[in-house]
Amino acid sequence: MSFDIALIIESVPKMLVGVGITLQLLFLSTLFGTLLAIVTLLMRIGPFRWLRWPAIAYIYFFRGTPMLVQIFVIYYGLAQFEFVRDSFLWPALRVPFWCAIIAFSLNVGAYTAEILRGAVQGVEKGLLEAGSALGLTARQRFIHITTPIAVRLSLPAYGNEIISLMKSTALASTITIFDTMGVARTIMAQTFKPYEVFISAAIIYLVIVWFIQMGIALAERRFGRYMKR
Amino acid sequence: MAQTEQDPIIRLKNVDKFFGDFQALKKVNLEVFKGQKVVVCGPSGSGKSTMIRCINRLESHDGGRILVNGIELNDSLRNIDAVRSEVGMVFQQFNLFPHLTAVGNLMLAPRLVRKKSKAEAREIAMRYLERVHIPEQADKYPVQLSGGQQQRVAIARALCMNPEIMLFDEPTSALDPEMIHEVLDVMVELANEGMTMICVTHEMGFARSVADLTVFMDAGEIVEAKPPQEFFENPEHERTRLFLSQILSH
Repeated sequence: MSFDIALIIESVPKMLVGVGITLQLLFLSTLFGTLLAIVTLLMRIGPFRWLRWPAIAYIYFFRGTPMLVQIFVIYYGLAQFEFVRDSFLWPALRVPFWCAIIAFSLNVGAYTAEILRGAVQGVEKGLLEAGSALGLTARQRFIHITTPIAVRLSLPAYGNEIISLMKSTALASTITIFDTMGVARTIMAQTFKPYEVFISAAIIYLVIVWFIQMGIALAERRFGRYMKR
Repeated sequence: MAQTEQDPIIRLKNVDKFFGDFQALKKVNLEVFKGQKVVVCGPSGSGKSTMIRCINRLESHDGGRILVNGIELNDSLRNIDAVRSEVGMVFQQFNLFPHLTAVGNLMLAPRLVRKKSKAEAREIAMRYLERVHIPEQADKYPVQLSGGQQQRVAIARALCMNPEIMLFDEPTSALDPEMIHEVLDVMVELANEGMTMICVTHEMGFARSVADLTVFMDAGEIVEAKPPQEFFENPEHERTRLFLSQILSH
C-alpha cells in the first residue's frame, strides 16, 4: 500500500479552512454552553423550586439523547413547523452552522451544569459556616467562597468536556458544514483515498487537543496556586 | 431592649435541639456574663458543639430562647446578622478559606461586612496577625502553614470583626501535640484582656487556669456548672466524676 503524501500537502489549504470552521464551532459552543451551564446551575441549586424542574428536565434530555439525534432534530425537525419558520429564530435555524452551534451549546450546557453542581457541592461545608460566622450573607458566601473554590474543583472535568466537544464538532459535517471532518469527507469522495485523508484529519484534531490541554493546565495552575505547599 | 451591666451577655433558657428524632440539647440553661470565661467539656455527642453553634445560629434551636446581648435569636435575619457581628467563632478544623492568603482570610469580612477599604482592612488584618504572633506569614496560603499557625490565623480572622464574644469549638483537637500550646497561649492572652469566651475543650489545664465557670455536659444536658476549683476538686455528680477520671487519668 502506498501513502500519498502529495495529496495531503495538496489538501492542506482546503483543510485549513475546515479547521477554521471547527475552531469557530468549538469556541462559540464553549462560550454559549458555559453561559447556559451557569444559568442552569443557578436554577438547579437556587432557592426557587419551580426553576429546578425545567433545569433538571433540560439536563436529562440533553444528556440522555445522542448528540447526532439532537443535531438532526434541530436542523431537519424544527423546519417542518410553520411557527418555527415564522419566528424570529428562523434566520438562525435555517443556517446549518447556527443549528450546530445551538445543538452543541445545549449539550455542553447540560453536561457542564452537572460538572459545576458537583464542584459547588464539593466545597467544604465548614468554609461556608466560617463565612456565616463572620457575618457574610448567603450571596457573599457564594461569590467569595463557593465560586473561586468550585471553579478550581471543576477545571479537570470541564477540560474533559471541552475536549469531548471538540471531537463532537465533527458531527457538524453531517448537516453540510465544511468543518475539518466535512472537508476531509469531500476530499475523500473525490480521491477515494480515505487513509491519507482521515489520518490527516486525526492529526489535526490531535494538534487542537494539545492546545486545549495546555490551556486547561495553565488555568489549573493559575486557579490552583493556593494548593501548592 | 435595655441591656444593663448585671444582665448576662448570653442567656440560654430551656433550649431544645433535635436532629431528626435525636434530641441533641435537652432544656439547656446557661448564663454567661460579660468578661466571663466558660469552659464546656463532656463526652463526644454530648451536645457541647451543638450548644455553642446555637449561640451564633449555625444551628437553629427548636425550643426555648437564646438571647445574645439582649438580641433574641429567632428567624429574623436581621437579628441573626446582629448577633453574628458580635460573636466570633473558631472551629476545630480551622476552616480557613484555602484560596486566600492568611491576610486575605482576615480582610474578607471587614471588607464585605464592615465595608472597610482595602487599605483599612489590611491594616486591621496585620494588627491582628501581630497579636497572634505571625505577621511574617501574612502572604502565605493556609496550606503552607502549620496547624497551629492556621488556627492562630483563624482566631485572628474572628478578632478582626471586633467581637464582644468568642466561641471556640474544640480549637486544639485537630492539632499535633507540640502545636497545642501556641494556640492555648493566644487564647490565654485573649482571656486576660477581658474577652467573653465560651470554649469547648478537653484542655483541663486551660480550664483550671483561665475559666470562671466549668460546664460539664452529657447526653444533651448540662449536668454540672461550677467554678473550676470546685468542679475539679469536688464534682457533685457521678457522671462528672467518671468523665474526669477518664480524661485526667493519663
